[in-house]
Amino acid sequence: MRRCYFDHVATNPLHPEVLDAMMPYFKDNFGNPLSVYDLGTMARDAIEKARQQVADLINAKQPSVVFTSSGAEANNFALRGIAFAMQNKGKHVIVSKVEHHSVLNSARVLEKNGFVVTYLPVDNKGVVDPDTVKKSINKETILISVTHASSEIGSIEPIREIAQIAKEQGIVMHADGVATSGNIPVDVKELGVDLLSMAAHQFYGPKGAGALYVREGLRIAPLIYGGIQEGGRRAGTENVPAIVGMGKAAEIAAQEMPARMEHCRQLREGLIGGALKEPNVYLTGHREVRLPHHASFVVEFIEGEAMLLMLSMKGILSASGSACSSRALKSSPVLLSLGIPAALAQGSIVFSLGMDNSMEDINYFLEEFPQVVKKLRDMSPFGKGWGAGSQGEQCYTGG
Amino acid sequence: MKFVHGVKADITADIVYMMCPMHLLKLEEMIKGLDHGQVLEILTDYDGALEDIPQWCERTGNEFIGLDEDEDYYRFYIKKQQKDR
Repeated sequence: MRRCYFDHVATNPLHPEVLDAMMPYFKDNFGNPLSVYDLGTMARDAIEKARQQVADLINAKQPSVVFTSSGAEANNFALRGIAFAMQNKGKHVIVSKVEHHSVLNSARVLEKNGFVVTYLPVDNKGVVDPDTVKKSINKETILISVTHASSEIGSIEPIREIAQIAKEQGIVMHADGVATSGNIPVDVKELGVDLLSMAAHQFYGPKGAGALYVREGLRIAPLIYGGIQEGGRRAGTENVPAIVGMGKAAEIAAQEMPARMEHCRQLREGLIGGALKEPNVYLTGHREVRLPHHASFVVEFIEGEAMLLMLSMKGILSASGSACSSRALKSSPVLLSLGIPAALAQGSIVFSLGMDNSMEDINYFLEEFPQVVKKLRDMSPFGKGWGAGSQGEQCYTGG
Repeated sequence: MKFVHGVKADITADIVYMMCPMHLLKLEEMIKGLDHGQVLEILTDYDGALEDIPQWCERTGNEFIGLDEDEDYYRFYIKKQQKDR
């Protein structure tokens, strides 16, 4: 059976050159980077090389990259590290409603610790209005955190405009760049952000390596205390192979980015165009200003998880977009924040494309998708609509 | 302890929230880049530095000018002394 992996925002396969770069650090070069002998210095040099490669990807200075274990850790570090470091200045934090759980749940932890959090609304494309940010700022505001792009709906946020507002007010600006870094051009200077989160496995690097860009001169409290790794900002013996892999993946991503973007954009257009021919299927997120490898939909009258399972039986591997919907069978807060009715949000499905996909994959999907939708609608009590009542009029028309 | 105010530093290392032994590692790293007579300012909230930094200066022959207290951290001032002069 054909296998179409359409879940590249969940994770990516390793680039073969990345694996080659990592292997020596699993085997012969296994030293601890803090050790003084050559085995240690080799590991230390490898980490510093990777730091430069990651810095180059986002146009940052080398010392401003702090390696973490994941994008989620980078987000936790950014929110909690800045909040702790700046709490004497103020205790108000602004985040958007379309953030990843590692941002939203960090914000909730801050609330439990006496901070006040504003959750920015978004429009029906999932985009934050910079004017809303401006209106949400008060004299206590110390941090604004907005995702560069949500992996659930793909929309790219106006980070540069929001960062400009933050800068004018002397507020620290964090962008969650996990979905964008290595996939589209990300330039921390051009964006004007003080902090940016990244994850290696989003751009064909390994799992277990992430990074937080911290603008030089910005004070941040560590999340993990202990040794002197990462300049005392993140303790724990470094995951050297993964960090080396992240560096190599960043270097390759920078070189291959235009070709990758164009490849994925063409597939995405084919997928969106074909899927929207199906009745009662709506695109979520922005039609144009979205990740080039991302297509997300809500499919009316059926439940997303069933759709995922049936597609997976055909070898088409996709996601429903959030842990809420895929594991807890709860409507995604991100989709609800776009104004999508809860029942319709249950029909969420997200396709994210990569270099291993081809137009043949898209055509295969477009052959199978209508059959899966029909079968599920035939089984559904709502298959021919929501029935009598007002719910039938609550179609999502935003996308 | 020697308290000072208004010392003008040539370079500053901000290691607030960094724990032991970052204050000593940063001190060693930064002082290497200074010329004789130049002043290094270290910002730290690590209490152990109150003991460690003056001791480090004594051991290495650099001059501990003193410290200033900010709202929630200390400012240590160290003047580089080159032994071969």
